[in-house]
Amino acid sequence: MLRLVVRRLLQLIPTLLGLSVLLFLWLNRLPGGPASAILGERATEAEVARINRALGLDQPVYVQYWRFLKRIFELDLGTSTQTGQPVWDEFATRFPATVELSIVAILIAIVVGIPMGYLAAKRRGGWLDVGAVSGSLIGICIPVFFLALILKGIFAVQLQMFPSYGRLDTGMDATDITGFAVLDGLLTGELDASLDAMHHLILPAIALSSIPLAVIVRMTRASVLEVLGEDYVRTAESKGLDKRVVRGRHVLRNALLPVVTAVGLLTGSLLSGAVLTESVFSFNGIGNFIRTSIDARDYPVLVGFILFIAMVYVLINLLVDLAYSLIDPRVRVH
Amino acid sequence: MTKKADKIDRLAELMQTSEVTSGASLWREAMRRLKASKMAIIGAVIIALFVLLAIIGPWLAPHSPSAQTWRGEVFANKGQFVGARGENWFGLDHLGRDMFSRILVGARQTLMVGVVSMLIGLIVGALVGVLSGAAATLGGRTGERVDTVIMRFTDIMLSLPSLLLAVSIAAVMGQSLTTVMIAVGVVQIPIFARLLRGSMLVQGSSDYVLAAKALGIRKKRIVLTQILPNSLSPVIVQATLSLATAIIEAAALSYLGLGNPDPAIPEWGVMLAQAERFFDNEPMMAAYPAIGIIITALGFTLLGEAMREALDPKLRG
Amino acid sequence: MALLSVEELSVTFTAKGRKDSTAVDGVSFDVDQGQVVGLVGESGCGKSVTSLALMGLLPGKGVKVGGRAEFDGKDLLSMSPRKLRDMRGSQLAMIFQDPLSSLNPVVPIGVQVTEILERHRGLKGEAARKEAANLLDRVGIPDPTRRLKEYPHQLSGGMRQRALIAMAVACAPRLLIADEPTTALDVTIQAQILELLKELVDQEGTALLMITHDLGVVAGLCDQVNVLYAGRAVESAGRRELFAHPTHPYAHGLLGSIPRLDAPRGEPLSPIRGSINDRIAWADGCAFAPRCDYYTMECLTGTPELTEPRAAGHQVRCVNPVLPKPKAEVSA
Repeated sequence: MLRLVVRRLLQLIPTLLGLSVLLFLWLNRLPGGPASAILGERATEAEVARINRALGLDQPVYVQYWRFLKRIFELDLGTSTQTGQPVWDEFATRFPATVELSIVAILIAIVVGIPMGYLAAKRRGGWLDVGAVSGSLIGICIPVFFLALILKGIFAVQLQMFPSYGRLDTGMDATDITGFAVLDGLLTGELDASLDAMHHLILPAIALSSIPLAVIVRMTRASVLEVLGEDYVRTAESKGLDKRVVRGRHVLRNALLPVVTAVGLLTGSLLSGAVLTESVFSFNGIGNFIRTSIDARDYPVLVGFILFIAMVYVLINLLVDLAYSLIDPRVRVH
Repeated sequence: MTKKADKIDRLAELMQTSEVTSGASLWREAMRRLKASKMAIIGAVIIALFVLLAIIGPWLAPHSPSAQTWRGEVFANKGQFVGARGENWFGLDHLGRDMFSRILVGARQTLMVGVVSMLIGLIVGALVGVLSGAAATLGGRTGERVDTVIMRFTDIMLSLPSLLLAVSIAAVMGQSLTTVMIAVGVVQIPIFARLLRGSMLVQGSSDYVLAAKALGIRKKRIVLTQILPNSLSPVIVQATLSLATAIIEAAALSYLGLGNPDPAIPEWGVMLAQAERFFDNEPMMAAYPAIGIIITALGFTLLGEAMREALDPKLRG
Repeated sequence: MALLSVEELSVTFTAKGRKDSTAVDGVSFDVDQGQVVGLVGESGCGKSVTSLALMGLLPGKGVKVGGRAEFDGKDLLSMSPRKLRDMRGSQLAMIFQDPLSSLNPVVPIGVQVTEILERHRGLKGEAARKEAANLLDRVGIPDPTRRLKEYPHQLSGGMRQRALIAMAVACAPRLLIADEPTTALDVTIQAQILELLKELVDQEGTALLMITHDLGVVAGLCDQVNVLYAGRAVESAGRRELFAHPTHPYAHGLLGSIPRLDAPRGEPLSPIRGSINDRIAWADGCAFAPRCDYYTMECLTGTPELTEPRAAGHQVRCVNPVLPKPKAEVSA
């Protein structure tokens, strides 16, 4: 197990190095370069030269790259040009919100998607199957931000069932410990804050869950259909086992293996979706921050975010691999 | 001997009733299954209508898509809009332009965004994939190295959320529809490359390739004449599916402010992105382009999924 | 009375937009207490479908099952699914062809054995594990307590089949159905597995329905043999009688197509020409006629009846059975 972790972490290094080269080149290719990004379009040449010298941009490329790399290792992602705060700090305060939103979204997708996919496969060709398949196809085809807009328009603006923006009501007095609003409420005993945070999470989480939900339904359905035709399910039936045991131990335990992998791969699309959803609901997570950073051309934030996300993505997939090796004895490392 | 002849005739007659299984080729078999699939038919009809609209849309449009004829009737800043009425079936947008005409004209640009993005991804991705797949199949130390380097590179690209990759590309290139198309297309490159390479590796390890090798056919020739043509079907499926994702992703990029904020020629994704600001007052302004995008994407997805099923050897009966 | 009595069993697969295809077309046979009965035929003759129909393991949709199959006086085919579920594994058990794919790859062997003990014998926890180890030991798996924790991919092919047999005999069923249990195994292992089955049957008095295409297996194991062709029994006799006097041209051909070491050098094998796809519907005549050397016009008019042209209890469904030539009798 430990060896697998170490090997995967070592494999991470060339990926991240390659990524850093790409990002470095990308930064240098930005229109006007970092100097004009800092000074704005109307900077004089003298000022640009001064900034360039200050940033070390007059030095050879490999020296610049080395410094860039060193800063990354020191977790120094630069300073946001919008807020003037270190990029790392900006991420650290906003990341919990995005994680919270993503977890709720993926939980919705799993809790709804797996039973739905299973039932669709069991009743192949029935109305539930047709509904689940067409629903998931449509789910993939609806632009996430449009879905978010509709949900907000109907349930928040028209019906007023849910708040339309933010993480907590403005009047809510909540203590911040971990940055996870729901968790904080539970930890401090401020249950009303916890509930309020949950209330704010529901609509964006539903919007964000649309694509993972569609993917999980389709994966589960296809996988269950395949497993139902396997010989070992027939063996289980021939032993006269309870339907519950056949379903849980023999069908689902095998059918969910590919679904676990798919959930890991969904992280990327989840973060893309978070950028869109958070900005519709003015939900103060990383996604919303990125949206404003795109508008403000806040390059240090964007570069930092890409590195940050690459690490998160690779780490999540590492976790998924580990989980996989726990549930599938065939890939277990001895 | 007439008895024997009768006997044989009778037998032949009885045997005719039994099913004759003919060895249809993979593609003909797939076509037959596609024609029998409701998903494929619905998808193909949607796509046909969409392409037709893209061709004749500009001639059908009753008004100029860019003329702000009714500007004085719309006060976007006060949230006052004019809904559907006599000559403006879909109402007006925030600049007083006829939404119906813009939707009709916009189909062409939307199709172009999808096709160009897909082609960028397909062509570059297929080239990279063939290079990698051929290198891996031909083997040797050099081949393996080439393959490893290319695959590491695609790994890096795949490890980034596609939207953010597109955002970073768009950031370098500035705001325009071209940027959006390139950004969306580049995101697809690693997907096509991986798919083609994987498919070539599977084919490369199959028995007919071994047989060709045993016959003494040169390896390069096998790769080009045997492996490559047989590896293309998943790529074709992916191309169909990625037309759908390209149109949706392009809309998302426009929403994030990376497309041309207001091009002379309308495009559904841009229209949808613009309508967001006025969603609470005039939701239909967003709904029309959104419905267009959803139906079109659905058409490509349905056809792509049906093709995947038709080509799946596991499902062949 | 027979333990299992199958009468005119038929199984038809129906799929939308396709012609119905009849896999089993009126099969009848009996299995007595403690008897080993063989169902023999080529792939596609309906022998596996027959066994699945008896166990109630055919898919619910798209399958029509007709006829009767009385087990201990109760009809298996019309029994409620719940009752049949109670019977499966306890009264009736089955062993399948491919031991690797028939075992759940992500569940330890031990759990796959104990689950049947929990279900039908009410054993739990340590008691179930102990009994499972006993069972593995009984089917000849060395070091059973360690094997219980292992997964199917860690066992050899023969071990896997032994494990499957252990599950099948866990509740001392009265009838064991074995569907080509040795086909996927190496020849040396095949013999061991057959030996094991024979032992278990002898010790417990379990009846065994052996489904196979391997005449060697039949010769070594079966008391009574039913030869199936295109979904129907064409010949049924005791083992000795069948091997000594194969009478249906198909059975005759099957035995004639086995290479024999004691045959004179250079004597050609006599294979049956064509394949099982060259056939006519039983309703029109004898399905084997297109491949038969003896067929006449009578073979092409309706289903041939079962007759006993040679000996009592030796049933043959043929208009022109292969009988000893009268000349030979005279000279003898």
